[in-house]
Amino acid sequence: MTRTQSRSWTDVRPARRAEIPEGLWLRCPECAQMIYRRQMEANLHVCPECGHHYRISAEERVRQLADPGSFTRMFDTIEPTDPLKFRDLKPYPDRLRAEQLKTGQRDAVLAGELFIKGRQSVVCCLDLTFMMGSMGSVVGETITRTIEHATDRRLPLVIVSCSGGARMQESGLSLMQMAKTSAALARYDDHGGLFISVLTDPTTGGVTASFAMLGDVILAEPAALIGFAGPRVIQQTIRQELPPGFQRSEFLLAKGLVDRVVARAQLRNELARLIDYAGF
Amino acid sequence: MASFYTLDFEKPATEVERRLAEARRRLADAEANRLRPPPSAPSPFPALDEAEAPVDTPDPGLLRTEIDELAAERRRLLEAAYTNLSPWNTVRVARHPERPHSREYIDAFCRDFCELHGDRRYGDDPAIITGFGRIGPHKCLIVGHQKGRNTQEKLACHFGCAHPEGYRKALAKMKLAEKYGVPVVTLVDTPGAYPGLGAEERGQAEAIAVNLREMSRLRVPIVSIVIGEGGSGGALGIAVADRVAMLQHAWYSVISPEGCAAILWKQANESTNRAAADALRLTAADNLRLGIIDDIIDEPLGGAHRDKTGAAQRVERWIVDQLQDLKTMDADTIVRKRYDRFRKIGAFREAEGV
Ligand SMILES: [Zn+2]
Repeated sequence: MTRTQSRSWTDVRPARRAEIPEGLWLRCPECAQMIYRRQMEANLHVCPECGHHYRISAEERVRQLADPGSFTRMFDTIEPTDPLKFRDLKPYPDRLRAEQLKTGQRDAVLAGELFIKGRQSVVCCLDLTFMMGSMGSVVGETITRTIEHATDRRLPLVIVSCSGGARMQESGLSLMQMAKTSAALARYDDHGGLFISVLTDPTTGGVTASFAMLGDVILAEPAALIGFAGPRVIQQTIRQELPPGFQRSEFLLAKGLVDRVVARAQLRNELARLIDYAGF
Repeated sequence: MASFYTLDFEKPATEVERRLAEARRRLADAEANRLRPPPSAPSPFPALDEAEAPVDTPDPGLLRTEIDELAAERRRLLEAAYTNLSPWNTVRVARHPERPHSREYIDAFCRDFCELHGDRRYGDDPAIITGFGRIGPHKCLIVGHQKGRNTQEKLACHFGCAHPEGYRKALAKMKLAEKYGVPVVTLVDTPGAYPGLGAEERGQAEAIAVNLREMSRLRVPIVSIVIGEGGSGGALGIAVADRVAMLQHAWYSVISPEGCAAILWKQANESTNRAAADALRLTAADNLRLGIIDDIIDEPLGGAHRDKTGAAQRVERWIVDQLQDLKTMDADTIVRKRYDRFRKIGAFREAEGV
């Protein structure tokens, strides 16, 4: 680890709604209704017509979860490097820089302490807008520090996941973050911690196969895609159509893999209630 | 010895191996002829003297010279082919159909392997073998991916791609080992966990995740060897260990080169697979440099598929050494060191505070 100063990208303030086309009105991909953007945003980024949950950034997630003004950012000085000198069609450093400029974030994670309806908690949110929320060293390290902080402070821990999985550009190092975060959760568990894992659309691959599925309680947003392998890979393997609703939250609920499917509007209530039940 | 499946880069060597095998066969024939005692020679072991050789059999002395020359040539060609094997060719060696699998290593290590079946929840996944066995002086619980040898086995094992019940079986048996203070040895050889309907329905991700968490706090020594393919979470799911080694020509990575090529290069073909294999740093040397593994176990010349016994002896020696060392530590120390081992993996910078 070397201390460096590379903050030039922070000068650029990014446009924030990467996955939602700009404009006053937008067509809901679920119900095809034209909806007024401001109304959708005021509705926690949920379609007022059909309840479709739009994907949101980590910052927006924290804004929705935290009691106003209660969030304190932590571990936000960790920056990605290019340990493998990885190069596909584009060198990894170029990709990182483009994503940093686009999002104004160093990497795909936002962590800190906050209050949820007055309950002090530690939170970590993955950010889909940054390289599909993929987990490399920075995400793994941030999550691990967050878990260790929750362990030391004996606070409840909420991790909101949305990710394409482990980050290919850091290969084996990304893979090892799965073990690192899971080991940190073992210690947190040994200390009697309460980890509430919130799965949102989409949560797949190495993130699902590590900390995301290790919640003491696992909540999922409605209709979120949650799985180990992606639907396309499965389809190529089995060479048949996937059943409707496969790998969606409600499917996982029916298969016994998550505790509750919770609409965004209820999430704060549900988290507060669970924290109370666990006696924190 | 010489296998019929030939990788292009080792073709010259396999051609010499064919000639070598042929020469050895001719020598054996020649000696068999000579061992039939001619009426004039009372000794059943006549001196291998050129002058005494029957005229219609090849000269054993000349054959021996030819064999020595061919053996030297084979050695030279194999060294040339296997020194600085490219990452993509490493992947191909790791997948060689004759490469020894977990079952063969277990058979080589143990005289009385006691296989234990089933996860007590859903089924018995043959893609992961578990059971008690003695390795050298150590009682062990052995866990290994199994790819299957013949077509029927391969289909049953899904070519080494385990289902959740495989990972749950592995953990259940590891917990059993923990209960009796028996160390765990895992042999990793999988292209990845199985991507299918049933696997997803039964919680593939959860099964792997729970293994990662529980292995990290298992209170007995764990050692892992990537013997062939170390494909992603499916490999890591039995590889959270105190000591991790790779065989020299094994690969270990977050994704297969083909999977990576399909995503980042938009298509998987010979040239993108090669590029992805390079980029992923999946060789034993790369993984050692990145701190992901602790040791490389050298393979016999020309790869483990050329000398299964030799490969098994080397792996066994490594396991015995590691367990000898780990057995001197108490459980708290082992668990703490295992945590630290994984805790420090990763590459990042600390920037100036905002
Ligand atoms: Zn809608």
